[in-house]
Amino acid sequence: MSLITETHRDDLASKTGMWLFLFTEMLLFGGLFIVYSVYRFRNPEAFHQAAHELSVFIGTANTIILLISSSTIAMSVTAIQKKNKKLALLLLGITILLGVAFLVNKYFEWGGHIKEHIYPGSSVLALRGQGDVLFYGLYFFMTGLHALHIIIGLVFIGFITVFIIKDKIDYSNFALLENSGLYWHLVDLIWIFLFPLFYLIT
Amino acid sequence: MSVQESMQETSYLEYKGKHKGIFSWIFSTDHKRIGLLYLFSIMSFFIIGATLGLLMKFELIAPGKTIMTAQAYNAFFTLHGIIMIFAVVIPGLPAVFGNFLLPIMIGAKDVAFPRINLLSWYLYVAGVSLVVISQFTGQGPPDTGWTFYAPYSFRTAGNMLPAVFGAFVLGFSSILTGLNFLVTIHRMRAPGMTWFKMPLFPWSLYATAWVQLLATPIIGITLLMIIAERTLHIGFFDPTLGGDPLLYQHLFWTYSHPAVYIMILPAMGAISEIITTFSHKTIFGYKFMVASILAIAFVGYFVWGHHMFTSGMSGTALYTFSLLTFLVAIPSAIKVFNWISTMHKGSIDLQTPFYWAMAFIFVFMIGGFSGLILGSLAANVHLHNTHFVVAHFHFIVFGGTGFAFFGAMHYWFPKITGKMYDTKWANIGLILFFVGFITLYGPMFYLGFKGMPRRYYDYDEVFHAGNIISTMGSWVLYSGAAIIIINLFSSLKSGSKAPADPWGGKTLEWTTASPPPVENFEETPVITKGPYDYK
Repeated sequence: MSLITETHRDDLASKTGMWLFLFTEMLLFGGLFIVYSVYRFRNPEAFHQAAHELSVFIGTANTIILLISSSTIAMSVTAIQKKNKKLALLLLGITILLGVAFLVNKYFEWGGHIKEHIYPGSSVLALRGQGDVLFYGLYFFMTGLHALHIIIGLVFIGFITVFIIKDKIDYSNFALLENSGLYWHLVDLIWIFLFPLFYLIT
Repeated sequence: MSVQESMQETSYLEYKGKHKGIFSWIFSTDHKRIGLLYLFSIMSFFIIGATLGLLMKFELIAPGKTIMTAQAYNAFFTLHGIIMIFAVVIPGLPAVFGNFLLPIMIGAKDVAFPRINLLSWYLYVAGVSLVVISQFTGQGPPDTGWTFYAPYSFRTAGNMLPAVFGAFVLGFSSILTGLNFLVTIHRMRAPGMTWFKMPLFPWSLYATAWVQLLATPIIGITLLMIIAERTLHIGFFDPTLGGDPLLYQHLFWTYSHPAVYIMILPAMGAISEIITTFSHKTIFGYKFMVASILAIAFVGYFVWGHHMFTSGMSGTALYTFSLLTFLVAIPSAIKVFNWISTMHKGSIDLQTPFYWAMAFIFVFMIGGFSGLILGSLAANVHLHNTHFVVAHFHFIVFGGTGFAFFGAMHYWFPKITGKMYDTKWANIGLILFFVGFITLYGPMFYLGFKGMPRRYYDYDEVFHAGNIISTMGSWVLYSGAAIIIINLFSSLKSGSKAPADPWGGKTLEWTTASPPPVENFEETPVITKGPYDYK
């Protein structure tokens, strides 16, 4: 059967498949957003106070980083369509660097919290009350799951870069690149919701 | 060219690919072979699950300890539930018959993503393996029931992590199957096959696929939260940390109720195919059948609260969920009426699959009506967590999906294997299966109504008589199932050769050889008529 799968190609089908997969990702986070809203509604004061402790500066920096990386990967799709392989590779390289920069920021941010003994299961956090436990529990779980998606996205884009170098993806066959772009935009989009929920709404 | 030609003529069973022996199966991306991989794995787990059920019924033959301790009984019903729900009935019809027949019934060569299709089988095997591992490692098997209710699921000493993660992986497998079918139906229908020329089994798979895709992620994230709760003590559902166990129930049933429709919709699709074929008459109200499939899938998302009538919800929520639950009965009833009307003035050919369809309608109606009793608020307070509920969902899940699965098995067996089966033994098996089924689950309605709670290995002496009948029913049912499976297996060897269209069916799968060639059709079919074109 391999004969058929290699000769048969339907770019629209693969893009449809990707969009459907993105629906499932949105619903995955959707469940967490529901949990977040329920607990925010029940502990407005604690969520309000705890949100003040997060660094809006790092959050904003990470938002800008992700937004730029989303635009660079979108530009690389255009570049490959215009047969400009070098530019496409450069733009993908920038995307990967920005993704890594996001994770580095996240590392320092989380490290700061953990140094102050604020992490799920810590006794210091437990003393501060249930609202704080829930806020930070959700914070670590949701941003952690998001960071996991960033890592998966980076691996995905890494493979795409290799495919472009090897000319397996070119101007006539770039559905995979587009799909990785779609995935990266989704990761970006989820962050756009996480950022205000944890850092801005105080 | 010669490769192409041989692929068009050789049957998928004889085709020699790159790999040999077992590898020609587990590395194959042919949807037909993957369907059979699923069939064998699902049947194996069905036998394991059924054996667990048999032992549980044996425990209940008398009050007090008969063959197992309370803890063992808890582990048994947990494993029985996880295996039967996540590994048998949810993948059941879509993964086996959907995989095998969907591309053929819409005139395609394969599904849209053959390699993802194989991946979803690997994930299925990985998921079930994790569940099985949870039984033999750690500090004893899980004992929460298949629902993993909080907060017990992160307080019990049982080995929950592999079981919960296994269910998560199985969900992922289900999502990929659904995604694959959706794209296949959207992109790969044969020329001329418009939406309303599509047979009802593919239609039911289409609705099912949407439910798989849009509901499963919710259980995925909920199970991840349970894992985080156990390992990191985050407090999502733990009241001592401010969490809310009721929220877990909401999230869990937001998936697990639509999952009931993942189980029953393809069953309804298969029954529609069987009834129209053996009545030799166009299905009555084709468009209403399609609409009711979609309506069931849609309304099914909004009724999850009826699992929680006694858990503590506002009055408004109770009334709303009760009303919506009653609404689901309408499209389901439309389907039953249309099946009956299809038979009216048809020239009915009494073959084994048709008997299965009749048995399906009978048990499905009992299951459906008992569902209405449970859906009404006052009755639910009395019946919640009794054997009445157990009887109800076994009539729907086992009676509905299970009967449809065996019906589909006898209907498409000649197509899949190229062999006919022994009708006499198939019918004997069916009779035993049916009688055993009613004897096993029928008394449970009475027992539940009288107040016998579910999930206990022990009961009061007043429930003894009903339980004896029920346990004896389980023996009859089990032997019926054994006869059916042995009969089908021996027919693989001794059965006579099946013609392309043994039943006089009109859908596309009957136009190609039995078993189908590797590429399904010698020439891509062009569709000009409706799916059930009888004179």
